[in-house]
Parts: sequence; structure tokens; C-alpha cells
Amino acid sequence: MTDEIPAIDSASGTGVPIRGNDIDTDQIIPARFMKVVTFDGLGEFAFFDKRYDEHDDPKDHPMNEPHFQEASIMVVNANFGCGSSREHAPQALMRWGIDAIIGESFAEIFAGNCLALGIPTVTADHDTIVELQDWVDENPDADIDVDVENETVTYGDTTVDVTVDDAQRKALTEGVWDTTALMKSNADAVQDTADSLPYVDG
Amino acid sequence: MSEGTLYDKVWEEHTVSELPTGQTQLFCGLHLIHEVTSPQAFGMLQERDLDVAYPERTHATVDHIVPTSDQSRPFQDDAAEEMMSELEQNVRDAGINFSDPTSGDQGIVHVIGPEQGLTQPGTTIVCGDSHTSTHGAFGALAFGIGTSQIRDVLATQTVAMEKKKVRKIEVTGELEPGVEAKDVVLEIIRRLGTEGGVGYVYEYAGEAIESLDMEGRMSICNMSIEGGARAGYVNPDETTYEWLKQTDYFQENPEKFDELKPYWESIRSDEDAEYDDVVTIDGSELEPVVTWGTTPGQGVGITEPIPAPEDLSEEKQDTARMSQEHMGVEPGETMAGYEIDVAFLGSCTNARMPDLRRAAEVVEGRQVADSVRAMVVPGSQRVKAAAEAEGLDAVFEEAGFEWREAGCSMCLGMNEDQLEGDEASASSSNRNFIGRQGSKDGKTVLMNPRMVAAAAVTGHVTDVRDLKEVTEA
Repeated sequence: MTDEIPAIDSASGTGVPIRGNDIDTDQIIPARFMKVVTFDGLGEFAFFDKRYDEHDDPKDHPMNEPHFQEASIMVVNANFGCGSSREHAPQALMRWGIDAIIGESFAEIFAGNCLALGIPTVTADHDTIVELQDWVDENPDADIDVDVENETVTYGDTTVDVTVDDAQRKALTEGVWDTTALMKSNADAVQDTADSLPYVDG
Repeated sequence: MSEGTLYDKVWEEHTVSELPTGQTQLFCGLHLIHEVTSPQAFGMLQERDLDVAYPERTHATVDHIVPTSDQSRPFQDDAAEEMMSELEQNVRDAGINFSDPTSGDQGIVHVIGPEQGLTQPGTTIVCGDSHTSTHGAFGALAFGIGTSQIRDVLATQTVAMEKKKVRKIEVTGELEPGVEAKDVVLEIIRRLGTEGGVGYVYEYAGEAIESLDMEGRMSICNMSIEGGARAGYVNPDETTYEWLKQTDYFQENPEKFDELKPYWESIRSDEDAEYDDVVTIDGSELEPVVTWGTTPGQGVGITEPIPAPEDLSEEKQDTARMSQEHMGVEPGETMAGYEIDVAFLGSCTNARMPDLRRAAEVVEGRQVADSVRAMVVPGSQRVKAAAEAEGLDAVFEEAGFEWREAGCSMCLGMNEDQLEGDEASASSSNRNFIGRQGSKDGKTVLMNPRMVAAAAVTGHVTDVRDLKEVTEA
């Protein structure tokens, strides 16, 4: 079933700004919601402790705003997704409705996990991001277009250059971001590598 | 680009192919799994009708959700029991070795790998856990992966990775008494930042690193990811080899030791290796470091004032203000005297024998402060047994610590060990993120194990070096 991995050249939709540097994966999905054996249903727990108080009443948070409920493009700041390797974090965001994330920078494991789910993580400088976040606040119903192939983001009348990591761009646009089948097809080469390693017993 | 480093050599040895994306398909010598991040990967395999390709190269344990009080089955927490059962089923079906709680070998995945001799120099090690970098202490290339990558490793024993740059972090000189590996790594993260290591692998070198025991090296490599570096390593040397000799694998296969040693020597970074970046830190200038904020990069020497946000670089100011408000700390003051409610001695960073021994020395003859709930959670069942054989359990218990079973425990609050309300903890763990220890109003101060012991007995953050002087006086 892995032979039909869709190419992802772009993502479009309305935005939601999540401000702050060093937003860690414990914030994105608190550990207590990871006591599950599937990723199903994680969407409602995305940013839970930021969105709800101790009585589970909603707090002031963009993801609780009615006008951001349909958002699919998240706009974040620096070192987003740092900390734990939990794929539960991008899984929760994806299941909440996020298709692409634009930010100043991303933690490495988080960006890798996003790629494995086909979620682009594209970057731009601080001022560009802040401008875009402000624009999203003012234009919650307007689309943002993330062009992965051409490394641009378009919103309103503005088009800005963004950076997409080379391997990520190729993986997404060529539809090879799900690597299992591809790597499985190299089984003989894998065995050769294993055989060549002094610590692997034959 | 780097050349001739351990990273370059191990990468080369494990390269299977270049993928169309430009990524490398890398063979994984050892795959470690635990109950939180693996069940979904087994589910994906099932969906795709794929088998585990090299079950003998995967090793399982249970650590994140396991209770540290009563471990009898079924676990009291239904969700924990379900995760445990799922793991048992998955390893049974696939024929994967499992260090389960009945084996006497269970423990935090980054403690048991090394102690069983599974972690070896010149290997590649992956695990669905960001602290997999720990194993780099042995000169392995070890890094955390996500669940989709676990699926890849189970199905193919390989991962798709981009090659990173190498930064050598040279810690020169001799550490002062009372200054530990934990302080070194907190200092590194403080200086280079929580994202300073993104795109890099860290090579830790220099006299201060080479003088550390293996457990100290593990503490440092463990927190590489806190500095943004997905992997960190120390070149293997005689300290490494002596440690390896005592492990199960080389006790059972002594001939392997001589057979593999030339390989281990060959993958050490060359004298004239080229690095993408080199950073030097004078280890002799360091003092115990504690965190004042809510990221591991917000550290400060125990005698130094907490910085004012406006004195930090612009991009750090907002986070610093928010962190200081959460923690209730004031710029200009030191962290000494910061009142704590909980002392947690545990985690994959600092719950090995030397950590417990050093903390026990501080605790011996003293009492945990009345206001403090203190607990020791050994890193593994073996650590626990070894500590009990030395009588450390009695030292801790007589002082008023709880002596618990092995697991991740209050490092991340996935079992019943959690902060409550706005409790503050002195913790030997690795992350002080808001909510990390189970309460979103909880406050975590990271520090070395002796500093945790000192805080436990005084009830507030304390320079352990002062405490010692008081006793001697």
C-alpha cells in the first residue's frame, strides 16, 4: 500500500499564529495524553494545557478562537518542537487540522517527524514571520499558499521567499517522504552493509 | 564539511545507499524500543503487512509508564497496563528480546543498553526517544527518532537521515571539586543555546571530558538534544574499554573484546580531523549550574545572579520574562535559597551508581527537610540491586527519601510520580519545561545529583560545596 505516496508540492489554507520561541513538544502534547497505543484522537489534546485551565475550561489561545478553527497553516517562531522525539506532537497538530507549518526554525527531530507525515516545515527570518503572524490575526479567513517546490509563501498580495530543506523539498515534491517501501527495496544492500560491519554476527 | 571524525567514519561504515532525496539510508546496529513510542509503529507494520526484518537487533524495555511503587500486574493504571500488554504482545510476536520487570534487567532504556553491553563503540543506535544521544558516550552514533522512523527501522533496520555538521566542544582543564558532568552540559547548553546544536552532532573532547567516568560522559551526551544536537559523542578510550569489559556481552564473549577493539580504535576521530566548528570551554572555571527558568538553556552558576531579561540577546528576552514569572524568580538574586517541595533523584541523565553514591554521601547523617518530599528512582533494576548491596537504600531511607523501583518516573510524569499544583522540584533530570513533571503550574530546577541531595536536606536550592564545609567545620 506504500506505492501511492502523494507528492506534496504545496499547501493552502487559512492560518493560525502560535507565538513564542522554544515551544517544546511537552507543550504541544502533554505526556499524560500519550498513554495510548494509537495516534487516533490526539487532535483534541494539541496544546491542551495552553488551551484549557485546571477545570478544562478554555483559556485565551489562538486554537480556541472560533475564527481559527478551520486553519491548516500554523505560523510559529524559533526552535519550534524542541525537546522530546514524540511523534505524538506533529500527529496531534495534523489531526487538529494542520497541513503545513511556517516558522523561524524547527527542532530537528520534530521537523523529521513532520516530514514523515508529509507536513512541510518551511522557514523564514524573524521579521517575515512576525509580519505574517500579524497578518493572520487580521485576516483569519484568508488563505496562505505554501509553495514547497518554489520555496515561497503567498498571502494577500504578498509573496515572500522561504527556505525548505533540500531533502525535505525533494521528498515532498517527488512523493518519497514515506521511506519504508523505498528502503525495503534495498534489502540486499542492507544485508551487505550488515555483513561488512565487524560487530554484526553473520 | 567535517572529515576524519568519528561521526564521518561511523556514518560511512553504516551507509547502505543514497536515497533520491539526497538523504542517506543508514544501517542501525541497535534499535531500542519502549512502550510509549513503539506501539503505533507495530500497528503501521501490520497495516502494511510487513515483518520485523532483524528482530535480533531490536531490544525492548518498559520505562516511561511503569509504576515505581507497586509493579505487580495488572498495573493499577489501566492505560499503563494496556501499553505494557501491547508491548508484551508485540515483542512476543516479533521475537524481540525484552528486559521486562520480572527479568531483573528492566530500567530506563538509556541505562540498560550500556549496562548490558548492547551499547558499543562504532555502532549506530536508534530509539524512539530523544535522549538516545546518551549512548554516544561510548563512541556510538546514537540519536532519537520518531514513530514513523521506528516503523522504518523495524521493517528495514535502516533510517533515512541527512548528514550533519560536526562541532567539537573541547572542555579543557580540571573540574573543581563539587563540579560534575551535569554542570558541564548545563553550561554548554547555556552558552550555545537550546537550538545552537540544530544541524550539528557534538563531539565532546578535552581533558575535563576524558577525565570523566562513563556515567559522567553519559550525562553529558544525554543532554545533547537539550542543546538542539540530535547526537553527541565521546571518542572511545581505555575508560570506555574497561567499562565494556564488565558488561554481560563481553563477559559472555570475551574473545569479542579483542576482536572488536581494533575497530573501536579505528573509528576514533583522527588527530588531524576537520570539524565544521570548534568551541572551547575552560572546565576549571565552572561551578555547579542550576536552571532558573523553563528551558534547559536558562542556567546559572549557583553563586551567580539570575540575569535580567533585558541583558539577554533580544530573541531570548520574551521567553526569559515568561520563565521568570512562572518560576517566581527575580533577576539579580542567585538561585541559592529558592524553596523546593520535591527532590527527585532519577532519570536517564543521572540515576546510575556513581550518581547515587555521590548523592548518598551528601545525605548520610542528615535528614530530608520537613517540607520536602524526596525520592530516589534508580535508573534500572540492576542499579537498584547494586545500590542495595552497598547499603545506599538504607542511607537514603534513613534520611527520609523514598526508595523506589526503576523507571522514568517524575522526569516526565507519565506514571503516578508527579508534581502537584505549583510545587517546585530540585531535579536531577533533563527538562524544566512547563508541565514536564506532571503539573502545568509545577516548577523544575535542574541540577546535579549532589545538589539535589543538598536541596532535599535544606529545603531550598543550596550550594552543596557550602554544605560540605559546614559538616567539616
